[in-house]
Amino acid sequence: MNGDAPTWTSDEMMAVEASRRLTNETVCFVGIGLPSLAANLAKRTHAPGCVLVYESGTIGAKPTLLPLSIGDGELAETADAVVSVPEMFAYWLQGGRIDVGFLGAAQIDRHGNLNSTVIGDYATPKVRLPGGGGAPEIATSVSDVFVMLRQSPRTFVEQLDFKTSRGDRVRVVVTDLGILEPRDGELELVRVHPGVSVDAAREATGWNLRVALDVQETEPPSPAELDALRALGTKGRE
Amino acid sequence: MAEIVSLSDAVRELVADEHVVALEGFTHLIPHAAAHELIRQGRRELTLVRMTPDVVYDQLIGMGCARKLVFSWGGNPGVGSLHRLRDAVENGWPAPLELEEHSHAGMAAAYAAGAANLPFGVLRGYAGTDLPAHTRVEFISCPFTGEQLAAVPALRPDVGIIHAQQADRQGNVQLWGITGVQKEVVLAARHSIVTVEEIVDRLERRPDSVVLPSWVIDAVACVPGGAHPSYAHGYYKRDNEFYVAWEAISRDRDTFTAWMREHVLEAVPV
Repeated sequence: MNGDAPTWTSDEMMAVEASRRLTNETVCFVGIGLPSLAANLAKRTHAPGCVLVYESGTIGAKPTLLPLSIGDGELAETADAVVSVPEMFAYWLQGGRIDVGFLGAAQIDRHGNLNSTVIGDYATPKVRLPGGGGAPEIATSVSDVFVMLRQSPRTFVEQLDFKTSRGDRVRVVVTDLGILEPRDGELELVRVHPGVSVDAAREATGWNLRVALDVQETEPPSPAELDALRALGTKGRE
Repeated sequence: MAEIVSLSDAVRELVADEHVVALEGFTHLIPHAAAHELIRQGRRELTLVRMTPDVVYDQLIGMGCARKLVFSWGGNPGVGSLHRLRDAVENGWPAPLELEEHSHAGMAAAYAAGAANLPFGVLRGYAGTDLPAHTRVEFISCPFTGEQLAAVPALRPDVGIIHAQQADRQGNVQLWGITGVQKEVVLAARHSIVTVEEIVDRLERRPDSVVLPSWVIDAVACVPGGAHPSYAHGYYKRDNEFYVAWEAISRDRDTFTAWMREHVLEAVPV
C-alpha cells in the first residue's frame, strides 16, 4: 500500500472480500444491498456457477443489473425456477438446500448474534428497525452464514438490544475495516483491509476485541474485480 | 363465484372497520390501488397483516387505518426505513400501533396453515432468538421423533386482497412472475378481493402461473396500474424512483399528509 488514497470505496472492498468466499459450487441465499453486490460479482468473476437464490422465490437468478429489491422483475425473468414464498422457506431454506446465507444487522455481539429488530426496549423502542424478515431461519438453516456490517462501537456491541438471529453458524464477518472469523465461539480479527490498523479495528469494537496472532492484510481489489463490480451499474446500498 | 365489480363497491361490501385484512404481493403485484380505496373510505381499527409492510402499509398506517400490524419485515426495500410505521411505533402518531412480529418463514407457514384449514403451521424456527417472548409462537415436540419445533397460529384474515395480471369474464384469475404468498392469502381468508390489470375473454394458459378459480374469490375489480409503484410482470416495471422518493415524502408528517391528500384522498375512485 503506497501513501495514495485507495482507488476503491469501503463498500467495494467489502463486496470484493465477500465475493472471494463464494465458489463455483456455492448455492447462496442473497439479500439486497452489499450481499447482492458480492454474489453478483462472484458470478461475473471466479464463480460463474454460483447459484443466487433470492427470498422472493427466484432460484438461479442471473440479473444483468443489480436489483433494488429482492423481487425485481429481472430476477424472475432470468431465474432457473420461480417458486412461491412458502415453498422457498419450507422446501429450499429449511429443507437444507442452501450453502451460504448473507445477513446484515444494526448490531452484532462477539458471538455473531445479530439484532435487526429494535434499538432500545422492544415495547418502547428508540429506533424501530425493519425486523428479522428471513434472518432467524436463514441463520439456522444454511451451512455458513456470512455477515456484512460496517464496524463501529454502535454496531459491534457488548450486549444486543434484541437477539433477532443466532450466531452459531456465522463463519465470517466482513466489515469496512477487516475480516473477523469465529474461534471457540468468539469472533476474532484475522485480517485488516489495506491502510487500516489493528488499533482502528479495536476502537471500532464495543467489546475487548480478540485479535489473531498473525493478522494479515486483505488483498486489495484487483482491477478486474473493480471493473466487474462497477459494471453492475449501481453502488452498494445499505 | 366472483362478482366483477368496481373496486370501491368491493371494498365497501367486504371490508369493515376492525377487520383483519391482509394485502399481499411480495415486491411484485402489490395491491396499492386497493389500499388507497381503504384509505379513501376511511376504514379504521384494522388489523393489517402482511409479510413485508412496505410503502403500501406505511400509507395505511400513516393515515390512521390500523390498530395492529402482523408482519415479518417492515422496511422500504433497498432504501431504508418506513417513517410512518416508525412514527406510529416510536411516537404513537397518528395512533399507537400494536405489533405481532414474526419471521418470514413463520408468516409463510401461518398462511399455508390458514389455506389448509389447519390450526397452526409448523417450522424449524424462532429458536434461540428473542422473538418468542414477544409474539405468538409455541414450541412443540414432534410426535414421531421428539424434535422441538415452532408452531405459529394459522392466519385467517377476514379479507385477503391481492392484485393479478388477468381475470376472465367469469372471474377466474391468473397471475405470474413472482407469485409470493398470494394463493395462500386468498385461500386462507374468509373473503377475498382481486384487482387485475385487465379482464380478458379467455385466460391463455401460461406455465408457472397461479390460477385461482372464480369460486374461491368474492370480488374481482379491473384496475389497470393498480400495483403501481410495485409492478405487474408483462405490463409495467417497478417504479424504483418512487420507492426512493418515498423516503423524503414520508419522513415528515405534513409532507406525507399533503401528498396523501393530493394523490389518494382527492384522486378519483376507480
